[in-house]
Amino acid sequence: MLHYGFMANAFAAAAIVSVLAGLTGYFLVLRGQTFAGHALSHVGFSGATGAVLFGVAPLWGLLLMTLAGGVAMGLLGERLAHRDVAIGIVLSLSLGLGMLFLHFFTAYASQATALLFGNVLGVTAQTVWTLLALALLSLAALALIGRPLLFASVQPELAEAKGVNLRRLGVAFLAIVALATAACVQIVGVLLVFALMVGPAATAQQLTARIGRGLLLAAGLALAEAWGGLVLAFYTDWPASFWITALSGAAYLLASLTRLRWRAVKPLRPPV
Amino acid sequence: MPVTLSGVTLTQGGRTILQDAGFAIHDCEFVGVLGPNGAGKTTLMRAILGLLRPQRGSIAVFGRPAERGNPAIGYMPQVRSAPAGLRLRGWDVVAGAASGYRFGLPGISAADRREVAWALDIVDASALAARPLGELSGGERQRLLLAQALLGRPQLLLLDEPLASLDPRHQHGVVALVRELQQRLKLAVLFSAHDLNPVLGALDRVLYLGGGQAALGTVDEVVTGPVLSRLYGAAIDVARVDGRIFVMAGAHTVGCAHEHG
Ligand SMILES: Nc1ncnc2c1ncn2[C@@H]1O[C@H](COP(=O)(O)OP(=O)(O)O)[C@@H](O)[C@H]1O
Ligand SMILES: [Mg+2]
Repeated sequence: MLHYGFMANAFAAAAIVSVLAGLTGYFLVLRGQTFAGHALSHVGFSGATGAVLFGVAPLWGLLLMTLAGGVAMGLLGERLAHRDVAIGIVLSLSLGLGMLFLHFFTAYASQATALLFGNVLGVTAQTVWTLLALALLSLAALALIGRPLLFASVQPELAEAKGVNLRRLGVAFLAIVALATAACVQIVGVLLVFALMVGPAATAQQLTARIGRGLLLAAGLALAEAWGGLVLAFYTDWPASFWITALSGAAYLLASLTRLRWRAVKPLRPPV
Repeated sequence: MPVTLSGVTLTQGGRTILQDAGFAIHDCEFVGVLGPNGAGKTTLMRAILGLLRPQRGSIAVFGRPAERGNPAIGYMPQVRSAPAGLRLRGWDVVAGAASGYRFGLPGISAADRREVAWALDIVDASALAARPLGELSGGERQRLLLAQALLGRPQLLLLDEPLASLDPRHQHGVVALVRELQQRLKLAVLFSAHDLNPVLGALDRVLYLGGGQAALGTVDEVVTGPVLSRLYGAAIDVARVDGRIFVMAGAHTVGCAHEHG
């Protein structure tokens, strides 16, 4: 399987992106910001197709728009809460614009599917290197802010009193999420980013109450699901994106069921 | 002096919390911060933490201007909604505050680890810390958060409504624990509550907030009809029954029937 060049590229890209997505997603889930990953990928779609229009690789347009969106969301912060309708309109407008841009380039009709649902088997060696650079940058930034981010995510008022700048931290984190989102789109596409970024992290938080283990588990699950999806796609000829979302969903479901069983066996005191 | 306010005018969201207020909290004293919801208990604590600047006057903490990140202050914020880390192990949440403001990878040094062990031990919560926060009762969770506030051995504790949403038995446990720690570790404690009675037995003095003013003194000095009437700008009666104190405005009790919010 691996002596096909495209499969080797796909495995490398999937590994890089899934580890990044799993780790970033852990914080995203902890902060209750999972919607941000979803929103940023939609905003990125118009950027990606716009880039195609200008003859630039879609990844750069995608990056530009997700970063702009992430920083804007971070700066607006609380003011975005309870603005579901406004956010929804911006997101659908972005998808619509993306389709309009694609419309001008009929030759790129397959680009639409690739961007919306991912085309991991079409990843080039050059893209793998770009993804690696992106992931290293994001993970370095995440490593730098990891501790205060964790503190601020769980206990914002206390962290603020201890001298953590919540706003700056929030913006920095959403910028990292933006990079991770753009990377995820290369594997599973705009519409399925949730599967790689949120699924494994949420599963990990179901399975362990420890932060260190949770982070490792989120990255490990994301990697297993992404690679598992590739292997299944190779042998069934069904799309890799389908398999990855299926594995992600199945893992979450299983983890929830296991938790429910534990609860049934060991009754918990009601959290007053 | 743990906290000194001089000529402080403090506003929040267009409301004047304090107007030209001055008072001092002494070493090793347990002060109950009282007043109905919206009186400004939280705002006052945030100002002492340096999160909010007074419009006029100055706030000094141990002789230095109030400043964010002061390690001499331990803080337990008011719980407004379900905390984000309910799935997480208690230990991880408590330890998150040890050097949590410092940049770097999540994780904790050996020295901080010992500090966490000391704090958990002193509130007798070492066993509780192994369980996820969401599985603990309200009283148990407050014990863990109290341990967290003790990290770094502060000399001043700001506890914002630690009794909210606890049943009377657990309320008594938390008050007794704080009082014991306060005496053992020689701490100054500001303990806010919207009902006086659960903290009555532990108090050295009370700080009543209301109508832009503050009244600080012993319970006998402050919790009287005339003082509270002046504070709230309305006729207030105070009745003592069986060692409990009821604060009433007209026919309605103000200090006791405040179960909402
Ligand atoms: N972040 C905020 N923005 C605007 N107004 C606020 C904010 N926080 C508190 N307030 C207002 O300040 C006043 C004091 O609130 P607070 O200090 O929370 O009172 P308490 O803690 O005694 O219930 C209230 O009138 C409240 O509405
Ligand atoms: Mg309050």
